[in-house]
Amino acid sequence: MIRVQHLAKKFLIPEKSKTKQQGVVDPRQQGKYFHSLQDVSFQCEHGQVLGLLGPNGAGKTTTLRILSTALCCDEGRIFIDNEELTQQPETLRKKIGFLSGTTGLYGRLTGRENIEYFGRLHGMSKASIKQRVDSLAQELDMQTYLDRRCESYSTGMKQKVAIARAVVHEPQVVILDEPTTGLDIMATQTVLNFIQRLKQNSVSVIFSTHHLDEVQTLCDQVCVINQGKVCFLGDLAQFSALSDISLHDAFTQTLAGEH
Amino acid sequence: MWLVFQKELREAIRDKRSILFMFLFPLVLFPLLFGGVALFAAKAVQDAESKVLKYSILNHEHHPQIVADFAADKHYRFIAASPHNFKQRIQSGELDFVLLLPDTLMKNPLEVGQSRIKLFLNDASLNKVFNRVREKTKVYSEQMQAQMLASLGVSQDKKDALMRPIYIEKVNLANDREDLGEKIGGFIPYFIFVLLLQGVVYLAADLGAGEKERGTLETLLLAPIPRQDIVLGKFFAIMVAGLTSALVTVVSFVGWGIGIGQGLAISVISEFFSQIGLLDMLLMFLMLIPVVTIFASLTLSLSIFAKSYKEAQTYMGYLMLLAFVPIVLAMLPGVSLQGGWAWVPLTNVALAIKELVKGTMNYSAFVAIFLSTALIGLGALYFCVRWFNKEKVLFR
Repeated sequence: MIRVQHLAKKFLIPEKSKTKQQGVVDPRQQGKYFHSLQDVSFQCEHGQVLGLLGPNGAGKTTTLRILSTALCCDEGRIFIDNEELTQQPETLRKKIGFLSGTTGLYGRLTGRENIEYFGRLHGMSKASIKQRVDSLAQELDMQTYLDRRCESYSTGMKQKVAIARAVVHEPQVVILDEPTTGLDIMATQTVLNFIQRLKQNSVSVIFSTHHLDEVQTLCDQVCVINQGKVCFLGDLAQFSALSDISLHDAFTQTLAGEH
Repeated sequence: MWLVFQKELREAIRDKRSILFMFLFPLVLFPLLFGGVALFAAKAVQDAESKVLKYSILNHEHHPQIVADFAADKHYRFIAASPHNFKQRIQSGELDFVLLLPDTLMKNPLEVGQSRIKLFLNDASLNKVFNRVREKTKVYSEQMQAQMLASLGVSQDKKDALMRPIYIEKVNLANDREDLGEKIGGFIPYFIFVLLLQGVVYLAADLGAGEKERGTLETLLLAPIPRQDIVLGKFFAIMVAGLTSALVTVVSFVGWGIGIGQGLAISVISEFFSQIGLLDMLLMFLMLIPVVTIFASLTLSLSIFAKSYKEAQTYMGYLMLLAFVPIVLAMLPGVSLQGGWAWVPLTNVALAIKELVKGTMNYSAFVAIFLSTALIGLGALYFCVRWFNKEKVLFR
């Protein structure tokens, strides 16, 4: 389980970006800081999938980066099974699996070597890594190319290997930043099935997406962020109930502040 | 740390460009430098010495013997010229030289005084005209000198005293190696440092800024290992690349030196390199460890600081320019591996390499060299770790 409380994050605006503003100014820009996140809270239980929605630049990636410990928050607290992440990030990293927006694979290593490397970094034994890689290769349908160098992979292949690398150490919390972006229908389905299996294995999954059909298929919880603030948090049924027409309509109404 | 190190090294070995900078450049550059320069220089001198010179002699009517001597020599070809146009013909390359013989030539110098032959030539390019003409006319000068001395009743032993009342005999106690080492020893670090930098720069840029750009650094930072372990793993991988480059450079330097010396029958070079033993090579390699340490830590710091691979390459370019400063300092007159200079990083190594090449190394200087290097290396690594912990550097 992961619990996020009152998360806030601001970035110093670089000097060269401080041009004289014309027209509408982003309300998050205050003085020399850009307040990327303000008071973001949500919770994702074991075996639940939380979908993080929001327009581009809303703060989804910043939120996920903070959860993954890549960034530190200025305010707020994050708990993984009642252990505070900000207090002991190095220890709790073992419980987190993170897939960033870029696949982040080493091109001159094979897919297998990429996954094995991160298994070793997480302290796994060679035997357990081998077993785990074989199992992931089957689940994500990667057997045919896993021993080829990643530089020759297609986008879909890279994404599957990156997902495998993120979960090789069997984390309790998996964070995925737009995992199906750029994938074809078959690869998307494989990834969605894999997330479904994580859910069945009691893993807490948080993923950001722009595809509302994925939210409908997978999510138990929905969190919509706009301009760094949570504008909707609830279960899928509550989110669906926002509109009689479609989830898309519910989403746009949420952003418009009608709920 | 070792996991990161192993992975970085594995990737580096699989990268053709890393291999190129680590092995091929040091292997190819020295033969190009030694062989190419020696070959071209030797050929240019040989051409100048054996070239058939086109000449003319003004006022030759009274000196048939000199005219006949030049005409009989197949390395000279006579072309008639007048006093009005010979200068233009030299400028245009039609003639290599023109001799203007004085009327007094071949007459008794005790009566007419010294005779001056004027040699007109275009001396702007490499040529041996002056030397060749001087050698050709030397025989007349010596004959006339002998006749004059005989007529004055001066014996042969008095002749030397008369010609040169004081003669300084130079007794060089330096051996050939020291002598040649002094002349070329200052330039060797210049090439070695450049090759070493080439060996580390590419990999360092790739492991810092390159990883940042490809998004792999973000993933690596989420691994449950301390940041300093990541920095050290990368640092040691760059060190290994640099040391490999250093080893290949030293072996290539000595190996090609001997090979080219023997192959081109340049005895001085061949003898010089044959005097550099295995111990000297080992010490030279040891000297490069501090250099690699400094280069690896500095390049990694710059690479991590850079926003992109391109920016990192720009920084590396400036670093390569800066790296020449300590080498130039080492070449300045009066700068030696003593006192404060022994503590100046990189300059002390350049001086030490020169001393090793000359065979006059003072081994106590090793302490200063390694200590000053360790300080610089540790300082740069401290910045690496600091920047690895800074969000604004990692996610710029």
